Amino acid sequence: MSASFRISGKGRLTQARTARFTFDDKAYSGLAGDTLASALLANGVHLVGRSFKYHRPRGILSAGAEEPNALVGIHRDAARKTPNVRATVQELYDGLTAVSQNRWPSLSFDVGAVNDVASPLFSAGFYYKTFMWPKAAWKSLYEPKIRAAAGLGVSPDLPDPDHYAARFAHCEVLVLGGGAAGIAAALAAAETGLRVILCDEQAELGGALRFESGSTIDGRNGWDWAQAAIARLVAMDNVRVLPRTTAFGYYAQNFVGLVERVSDHLQSPDPDLPRERLWQVRAKRVVIATGAIERHMVFADNDRPGVMLASAARAYLNHYGVAVGRNVGVYTANDSAYAAAIDLKKAGVNVAAIVDLRDNPAGSVIDEARALGIEIHGGRAVVRVGGKLRVNSMTVQPKNGGGERTIPVDAVLMSAGWTPSVHLFSQSRGKVAFNDEVKRFLPGTYAQDCISAGACNGTDGLSACLDEAYAAGAKAAKEAGGKAAKPAKPKVEASESWSRGMLGAAPGAGSGTTVKAFVDFQNDVTAKDIRQAVHEGMRSIEHVKRFTTNGMATDQGKTSNMHGLAIAADELGKQIPEVGLTTFRAPYTPVTFGAIVGHARGKLFDPTRRTTTHGWAERNGAVFEDVGQWKRAWYFPKEGEDIHASVNRECVTVRKAAGLFDASTLGKIEVVGPDAAKFMELLYTNPWEKLEVGRCRYGVMLREDGFIYDDGVVGRLAADRFHVTTTTGGAARVMNHMEDYLQTEFPDLNVWLTSISEQWAVIAVQGPNSRKIIEPLVEGIDMSDAAMPHMSVREGKICGVPTRLFRMSFSGERGFEVNVPADYGEAVWEALWAEGQKHGACTYGTETMHVLRAEKGYIIVGQDTDGTVTPNDAGLDWVVGKKKTDFVGIRGLRRPDLLARGRKQLVGLKTKDPNTVLEEGAQIVADPKQPIPMKMIGHVTSSYWSENCGRSIALALVAGGRGRMGETLYVPMPDRTIEVEITGMVFFDEKGEHLNG
Amino acid sequence: MLLIHCPYCEEERPELEFRNAGEAHIARPANIVAESDEDFEKFFFIRANTKGLVYERWRHVHGCARFFNAVRDSVSDKFIMTYKAGEPKPKKLPGAGK
Repeated sequence: MSASFRISGKGRLTQARTARFTFDDKAYSGLAGDTLASALLANGVHLVGRSFKYHRPRGILSAGAEEPNALVGIHRDAARKTPNVRATVQELYDGLTAVSQNRWPSLSFDVGAVNDVASPLFSAGFYYKTFMWPKAAWKSLYEPKIRAAAGLGVSPDLPDPDHYAARFAHCEVLVLGGGAAGIAAALAAAETGLRVILCDEQAELGGALRFESGSTIDGRNGWDWAQAAIARLVAMDNVRVLPRTTAFGYYAQNFVGLVERVSDHLQSPDPDLPRERLWQVRAKRVVIATGAIERHMVFADNDRPGVMLASAARAYLNHYGVAVGRNVGVYTANDSAYAAAIDLKKAGVNVAAIVDLRDNPAGSVIDEARALGIEIHGGRAVVRVGGKLRVNSMTVQPKNGGGERTIPVDAVLMSAGWTPSVHLFSQSRGKVAFNDEVKRFLPGTYAQDCISAGACNGTDGLSACLDEAYAAGAKAAKEAGGKAAKPAKPKVEASESWSRGMLGAAPGAGSGTTVKAFVDFQNDVTAKDIRQAVHEGMRSIEHVKRFTTNGMATDQGKTSNMHGLAIAADELGKQIPEVGLTTFRAPYTPVTFGAIVGHARGKLFDPTRRTTTHGWAERNGAVFEDVGQWKRAWYFPKEGEDIHASVNRECVTVRKAAGLFDASTLGKIEVVGPDAAKFMELLYTNPWEKLEVGRCRYGVMLREDGFIYDDGVVGRLAADRFHVTTTTGGAARVMNHMEDYLQTEFPDLNVWLTSISEQWAVIAVQGPNSRKIIEPLVEGIDMSDAAMPHMSVREGKICGVPTRLFRMSFSGERGFEVNVPADYGEAVWEALWAEGQKHGACTYGTETMHVLRAEKGYIIVGQDTDGTVTPNDAGLDWVVGKKKTDFVGIRGLRRPDLLARGRKQLVGLKTKDPNTVLEEGAQIVADPKQPIPMKMIGHVTSSYWSENCGRSIALALVAGGRGRMGETLYVPMPDRTIEVEITGMVFFDEKGEHLNG
Repeated sequence: MLLIHCPYCEEERPELEFRNAGEAHIARPANIVAESDEDFEKFFFIRANTKGLVYERWRHVHGCARFFNAVRDSVSDKFIMTYKAGEPKPKKLPGAGK
């Protein structure tokens, strides 16, 4: 009895090529080339899911990407569980495992369906009204419950094991959509020899020719013509045909995002294949040939399994050879559903009746249907259907009321007409215009170099579509620089026409009724909900949409938008264009995170920067911390040491003997040229012209508003050459800041800037023994105090390689920073470490560096300053050259607010209890007994345990801080209030004797 | 993603290579110290933020690293034209007068 709805002799699939699959653990058999939907229908399965809000049983509505109902989970293995896959798009493969969603305990008996009975509680806007009180319950109670009850599939809980590829592509003509129009446009453009890309979301291109049995082009059946045309295009070197590829987003300047599903249709994909491939295509011209989507009829219980779009039933018959029922009814407001009825009737399916809303339908298809003996009920409506898990009857009534008649059926095919797919046109920022005659929104004003052709442009009939599309393809190619195409235009010998239809609620579901006539199946929005939104005051379609959630599901309202709009307009008593259309946004259909992210995940998410001693530090037990993209050694614990023990030991060792520290991450910029000093004068607050060659100076850089931007030690290597250091985090932006001024404000200065951050490795050797450690390795530099005092720089050699040797200190001890070309960083480090061990040195990391500098009151820009701190606030007034007439920030510093009294100033803090270490960021108040909210007068910027001081130390920004020396202030914490005393910023060696110690 | 024509490289490159650097044609006063508070406020803090044509600075940061100016439509995002830093505002824009 398997595949009992497969009709032999119908469809294009091969009967012998079977594929087994399971749905909710039940085994079925389908054919290669089936979609999951067609295979289920072949087995007589219509019930495939439960709806979002009411948990109503749902079937298969469509045969394509617009599907709102038939969403299932596809499970390949423990990690590969994809939720919300449209069964109408998923291609069948042998062994496919599918499960239904949003139901418990089973699909046919779902406890959540109580929501359907209780639906008056869940009408439009119920979230906004019902769960307002008490406010605190929203987070703890309502939201989790709602999230558990509503919703669709379940996300996989393991990391995605697949990989995703990405490709950039350029072409002259990109054709979106591979139906008859898209193929014709691609043929015309391809003949010019230009680069053409043609993409389509289906596995096989051909669009509506898949089901249109009555079309003949160039003497052959439409589908066969399409396949032959595609084969021709594929064989051309200048053409790329991308099946299974959805154009999901149309961005600026003809930049179009495509996602190609590479392996989801394969039984056991080659692990080397990506699952999906993101194409980012830049096209000179784009031809939009996205076709049209059939609308459903809006009537009571139109969501029952077995009720589906007429064109879908036709596709299942003509392409897949599947009858969607044995005794079908048809409900329509236009001609195209007749063709479905005729095809089914000819295939031996009983057509119980065609119910047509139009009073006297006439024309060739109507005549043909009548000739086949199909009953036609004109001027009548289907007011409801019977059956719950599957439709079993339709009830017909004259459209203006009167006697009802119930006809038994096992499927209902419906068509309210066709909506042109203007999604991508609208995404391109083109403006749609409402055509009142045909009641459709069509492409109006173009914003980009694109052209719409075929059904998406409102063109009816295959012949007209092909003519228009061929001309569009030729025009696009010509505008993109191609030669005129030779006239090899396809000739249409027979075609079908999709005439008009109706918008909005059908009779029986109109104003004043409360039946469940669904407009948006995926979000469970009924005609009544939309009317209710209008009654509750929503006037704009944007408000109606958000209040009802109509069109906001993952199907993006492909079937529902126009109906919703028409119902709202009707209820408002306005014309459709006055109510307006909601904006279409990317993506057209859901796109996986994997496709967007591509390879940029895990270790490839962000670059990792390592210094030259990284490997040595790793081998020697360093613990690392992330500083921007850098990995920096944080501390070097010995066996049994935690961070505190390690840092305490390192801090003491540096001050007693010496320590080695990798400072390579510092930003370094070489400022060179005849005007280098002049440039430095303008970019830094300090004076530079008189700095002697071979000397260094601590420089502070401001923004034009007067606030500290960066700092660092600068060495003058020659009259025209400065070696500038910046903070680690500031390296790139300082370079940008300097370039900006040099290029745009001071372009007359003859200066060249070079980033040398990665060219020089920097090894800081700090402590009383530092000179003894370095001296034996150095050639050509006299390191005596007389020859090389604190804050000087010398060039020479160390370990036989060039060095820029700075005598400087960020620890307060006698110190040096050894710059060597990065290639020699690790070797020189090892040589210095060998010397260091003879003199009791340790290696230390960033934590010890921070503690040592805080003991000396040296600031860290970005930690002790926050973009609102002036040099004066930071206690650094001395860095501002008093005689200078210009530098960046000079005017900003004189702004009234920056000169006002009571500004926050950087000071030291000592806790009354020396063992209490404050939290960085903690707020400071003057009176801890004041009512909450308290007046906060400052905050802690740096705070550490100082083993060298035997107590905790901290820096803080406090209002009027320097005028409060000795005052007691308070730091309120959740569990207690901490008393602190305001002190100076230097906690260790106040006289600075250790610099030469 | 926009395509931006770098007037130094003389070719269109993708937006990823560039970084916006704020409004253009705001020159730092030659004698900035002498500026009044009001004039300094206008110079440093106040920006036009026009709806329509805007004059902006951009930097080809992942390319030639040069700063340059651009005329752009803030409604459509489109670049009308780009020109080198230091050049005056263009008198005629391409496509103007139609």
